[in-house]
Amino acid sequence: MSLFINAGAQGLLWAVMAIGVYITYRILDIADLTAEGCFTLGAAVTCRLITGGVSPLVSTVAALGAGLVAGLVTGVLHTKFKIPALLAGILTMTALWSVNLRVMGKSNIPLLKKGTLLTMLSDMGLEKDVAAIVAGLILTVLVIAFLWWFFNTETGYVIRATGDNKNMISAQGVDTNKTIIIGVMLGNGLIALSASLVAQYNSFADISMGIGTIVIGLASVIIGEVVFGKRNILHSLIAVALGSVLYRIIIAIVLKLGLRADDMKLISAVMLVIALCFPGVRDMVTKNLKNSVKRGGSQNA
Amino acid sequence: MLKLSEVHQIFEQGTINEKHVLKGIDLDVEQGDFITIIGGNGAGKSTMLNAIAGNFVITSGKIEIDNTDVTRMPVYKRAKHIGRVFQDPRMGTATDMTIEENLAIAYRRGKPRTLKWGITNKERDYFREVLSQLDLGLENRLKDKTRFLSGGQRQALTLLMASFHHPKILLLDEHTAALDPKTAAKVLELTVKIVGENKLTAMMVTHNMRDALRVGNRLIMMNKGNCILNINAEEKKGLDVPDLLNMFEKASGEKMENDRMLLD
Repeated sequence: MSLFINAGAQGLLWAVMAIGVYITYRILDIADLTAEGCFTLGAAVTCRLITGGVSPLVSTVAALGAGLVAGLVTGVLHTKFKIPALLAGILTMTALWSVNLRVMGKSNIPLLKKGTLLTMLSDMGLEKDVAAIVAGLILTVLVIAFLWWFFNTETGYVIRATGDNKNMISAQGVDTNKTIIIGVMLGNGLIALSASLVAQYNSFADISMGIGTIVIGLASVIIGEVVFGKRNILHSLIAVALGSVLYRIIIAIVLKLGLRADDMKLISAVMLVIALCFPGVRDMVTKNLKNSVKRGGSQNA
Repeated sequence: MLKLSEVHQIFEQGTINEKHVLKGIDLDVEQGDFITIIGGNGAGKSTMLNAIAGNFVITSGKIEIDNTDVTRMPVYKRAKHIGRVFQDPRMGTATDMTIEENLAIAYRRGKPRTLKWGITNKERDYFREVLSQLDLGLENRLKDKTRFLSGGQRQALTLLMASFHHPKILLLDEHTAALDPKTAAKVLELTVKIVGENKLTAMMVTHNMRDALRVGNRLIMMNKGNCILNINAEEKKGLDVPDLLNMFEKASGEKMENDRMLLD
């Protein structure tokens, strides 16, 4: 039972990251590797600020801001400088490694006995994992509600249409450079926000904690869509969040079967490979990578 | 209204694949003109429409809409004045979005996109009303994703989206070519109706000579990047398909080569 509570806690904390990946990968149709560096960035900013005496809430919001900026860099590289999305993400990811080390000052920041958003909840008498579930649930619900509203506004409509049919949306008078930049910022902002909570749950930030983010995010998105469907935006967002929880449960079961925590990255990659081996799933995914390998944002002849 | 002066377009200039697709096009389109455009394979018909829409910056020459120079203006800025329907029915709509979402996006063409709701109830009623005029049953399917529509339904929807707010120019690039003959006829009929009712200025590329003669008030024939014939309303009335083929051969000195045209 505690195994599942733990998996649920992790799944909900990482759900917002999966939703961030969903925005770039599914809605914008871009494989954005910024996620890998951006996840560490969110954790780094939060831990640095908390150890520096800043309030956990402000530190969490700062992580969101840092993620937005990282997304802005990738978005501008891709649209204004016409660098393919995949490469633009790799460039930002690589640069972020150094930025993250600068932010942290060392390769690991522990949050020894510092107050965090999660300790605030456990101080109210909640167990650590239960506190994480409560925090993760509140954040995920807020993020889904916000995105549901946002993607139903005029701006949200044209961002969705950009990933769907760039040709059509420029013919409808929309500057796709702008919509892509907003979308990539939003996605990375959420990834950093999720990382901030994960760091507060783990009580540390580590320079290499972002490695594998994109695989975990994609696995959650695909598991969520395959298991729970994707009728409309709201349905998809909830499915992705649940996919993140399901992913953690599968990992927990695999670990229980005798594999070690060190095998985690291998397990997540293998899981994604297995999912991709189903033809229906593969079609769903490969159809979706067309924009990442093509040139820049305003290309549409 | 729309003026093309000495428009040249060279793709991949300076490479071994260099293609001189438009070779000095001069064209004056008057308010209310409905021009049909025919021509052989690689004549530059689609390239000319793409140049007008702004898909690329032309190599040389000038394009003006209502006396404003738009030669260097990107697609999304020109879109305020231009409605488009493409040959591929998948190109005109966002397929993972619903009919009403697509219509709402088109209804705001050329306007800034804010954080207001993407569609209002008033618009929904209006969309239902205009869709019912298409007579395709789409008025009851506002919440269906457009991926579930047939090619003809999508083209009709795209046509509706393109003609919202009376664009200065409607560009139709073989928009019935991918449809079966019956559906193609229906979409063409709808095109004529929408252009007529809204008094739009339109340019329609077609590979069907009979359609080219029957529809519109002017006819342009293109060959190898040039406009070789520019037929006005008066001349157009008495023409039939053999006349047209003769005129083509005389003007170009060769036989009409268009795979699809020969099939008709």
